Amino acid sequence: MLNYLKLILLGLVFLFAALAANWGRDLAYQVHAIIIMAVSGGLFLWVLRRTDEPEPQVDTSGYMDGVVRAGVIATGFWGVIGFLVGVVIAFQLAFPALNLDWAQPFANFGRLRPLHTSAVIFAFGGNALIMSSFYIVQRTCGARLWGGNLAWFVFWGYNLFIVLAATGYLLGATQSKEYAEPEWYVDIWLTVVWVAFLATYLGTIFTRKERHIYVANWFLLSFIVTVAMLHVVNNISIPVSIWGSKSVQLFAGVQDAMTQWWYGHNAVGFFLTSGFLGMMYYFVPKQAGRPVYSYKLSIIHFWALTFLYIWAGPHHLHYTALPDWASTLGMVFSIILWMPSWGGMINGLMTLQGAWDKLRTDPIIRMMVVSLAFYGMSTFEGPMMSIRAVNSLSHYTDWTIGHVHSGALGWNGMITFGALYFLTPKLWGRASMHSMAAINWHFWLATIGIVLYASSMWVTGIMEGLMWREVDAQGFLVNSFADTVSAKFPMYVVRGLGGVLYLAGGLIMAWNMWMTIRGGQTRSAPVGVPAE
Amino acid sequence: MSEQEIDETTGVDTTGHTWDGIKELNNPLPRWWLWCFYLTIIWGVGYTVAYPAWPMLTGATSGLLGYSTRAEVAQDIDRFETQNAALKTALAEVELASLSDNPDLQRFAVANGAAVFRTNCSQCHGSGAAGSVGYPNLLDDDWLWGGEIDQIAHTVRHGIRNETDNDAHWSQMPAYGDILEDEEIAGTVEYVLSLSGGDHDATLAQTGAVIFEEQCSACHGENGMGDPEQGAPNLTDAIWLYGGDRETLLETITNARFGVMPAWGSRLSAADVNAVAAYVHGLGGGE
Repeated sequence: MLNYLKLILLGLVFLFAALAANWGRDLAYQVHAIIIMAVSGGLFLWVLRRTDEPEPQVDTSGYMDGVVRAGVIATGFWGVIGFLVGVVIAFQLAFPALNLDWAQPFANFGRLRPLHTSAVIFAFGGNALIMSSFYIVQRTCGARLWGGNLAWFVFWGYNLFIVLAATGYLLGATQSKEYAEPEWYVDIWLTVVWVAFLATYLGTIFTRKERHIYVANWFLLSFIVTVAMLHVVNNISIPVSIWGSKSVQLFAGVQDAMTQWWYGHNAVGFFLTSGFLGMMYYFVPKQAGRPVYSYKLSIIHFWALTFLYIWAGPHHLHYTALPDWASTLGMVFSIILWMPSWGGMINGLMTLQGAWDKLRTDPIIRMMVVSLAFYGMSTFEGPMMSIRAVNSLSHYTDWTIGHVHSGALGWNGMITFGALYFLTPKLWGRASMHSMAAINWHFWLATIGIVLYASSMWVTGIMEGLMWREVDAQGFLVNSFADTVSAKFPMYVVRGLGGVLYLAGGLIMAWNMWMTIRGGQTRSAPVGVPAE
Repeated sequence: MSEQEIDETTGVDTTGHTWDGIKELNNPLPRWWLWCFYLTIIWGVGYTVAYPAWPMLTGATSGLLGYSTRAEVAQDIDRFETQNAALKTALAEVELASLSDNPDLQRFAVANGAAVFRTNCSQCHGSGAAGSVGYPNLLDDDWLWGGEIDQIAHTVRHGIRNETDNDAHWSQMPAYGDILEDEEIAGTVEYVLSLSGGDHDATLAQTGAVIFEEQCSACHGENGMGDPEQGAPNLTDAIWLYGGDRETLLETITNARFGVMPAWGSRLSAADVNAVAAYVHGLGGGE
């Protein structure tokens, strides 16, 4: 019976997508309609072939790891894609000819840049968060994922969202809101997927066999709930036509800007910080084989972080049309946020108490430690840059780019690599990764890459900030904007090379994962017995 | 429930919870961390009292220091405006041709003009004023509309071929693709090439010379030296606005050119227009 409902639904979606492909007003919308038509058509045939056949028996006694395996592969795949596009656009800035006249408008920096940011944050980071939260919530609750195939819907639905977003950017569909570029129908789809994610996650927590909820799950839950709220509010818009991708934002002017940066900053806060702290709180103690340093610290810094982060957004809008009072509050909350952010670093690093010797022998632990170090560095740098006087120098410069990359490449990237190296052998029934030497190589390539990236961006950022504000004794500007651009050229090349090293590390990891998976075999892991 | 136990490595007791083998130590909050956290909170409260911060029913608190970002910028601008007031007034009223008689004012004008140029002109003419295809080089002594300082100021103030200023320089080259035959255009191209001593087909150039005489000399002059009254370029030198090769000349004669420059008189102050004229005049090619 359920299958017949599915068939009707898929048939309707197919029909609607066919109409949309026919009547679509712009290229992105038409291509998306064709993608949705293909997906719903394929699913229709797949369901049809299974209708009125005997149900295949699924062993539901163990953990549901298939979807985690798929997530591990997707994370590795999107990581390499995202790093590659990043390298391309880094060199486009150094050598504008790489925008490629013959590939206009598709290969333009303006279109590839959101492709890069979305690929690394949402495709690489998002898949990492979804797969590791599915893994962690099962292990720490002693329960199989709730909702049967709902987890698979989340995985495939989320990756469909990524394909729609990425193709949309290339074809020119964008809301022009940083990190919230996808247009209205892609946003609606993500909302549906995210609600399913929340349901799967909460359902598993509700059916847990452990009495207490582990700290990683608090962080992951706060990530899922807050991202849902941010996404919905920042994407309230009215489509110009149901047959076109363009939409108009509900908010206007400075209100729109404030909503955008309330979203934008908390995307950093709850997606890239809370979510990844959830990963950290599971993988670091597991890999180190040591207890978490302080339960009290984890409670206090969790609530402080969650309460304070949400107010910090206005520091993105210093010296704009935003009223001074809002800008002050954003700055003050950002600075008070410093210690709560560091609580996670302290708890992570101090968990290694009694296991510091593993730094010498275990490159995975080394990655996690470097990750926490970059986390600590960028969560100090962030509050500092939010100070109005510092911001008057740093705003709109490459310093900001350097700051987000020391966080993204250092903290998010390294902790994800650590998680992938932890999970891949476990999920494919191997004792360890195919090559420990390759992990070592990856570690050094990535670390040197980050150092090149961050230091070159500090140099250009501070230099261009100083050049922009430089006036002579009579108050006249000394430099033209183009002068600052040409002065940055050598550092742009260094930054690109840093990216190449980071990408090379990612490729080595992909090879290592592939070699590990190829020789492995998947076994159902039994549900853990709660500690009595 | 598992029992609380003492962790052997650190000697600290655990909370007694275990998740997938992960335990938690019962360490207190690090003192330095807690105190830093308190300090930032106390500082935050103090800062929000001193600066505009808390939204109320009718507007926000303005803070004890009376600080405002806009007032800060206005103060900066004010300081320089007061400092430069005398020179600015003099610059707005000066007879440009005699600017060089007043070295102090001229120095000020050039510094001011350089800043105006970097902000407003460098987008087209380049930050070094060397121009690019379609945008004249301002470093040489080849001027389309005249290189005396007054002429430069006029061009800046009113612009070229724009719809916004009735005093804009205006002239229009016909698109000869609609007027002449292909062979005639080809001949003219060869003749123009010959004017500046370039490689050319002498036979074709002979027919071109006749066409040039009939069609082009009214503006570009009988010997192709151009006419700054009409913005007609000199064709006998090596300086080309759009390019002096055969292909580009063919394109230019067939479709004509229509370079536009905005009228800056409505955007810049009189002093700034004079200043940028003085700066451009002093770049090397001023007459």
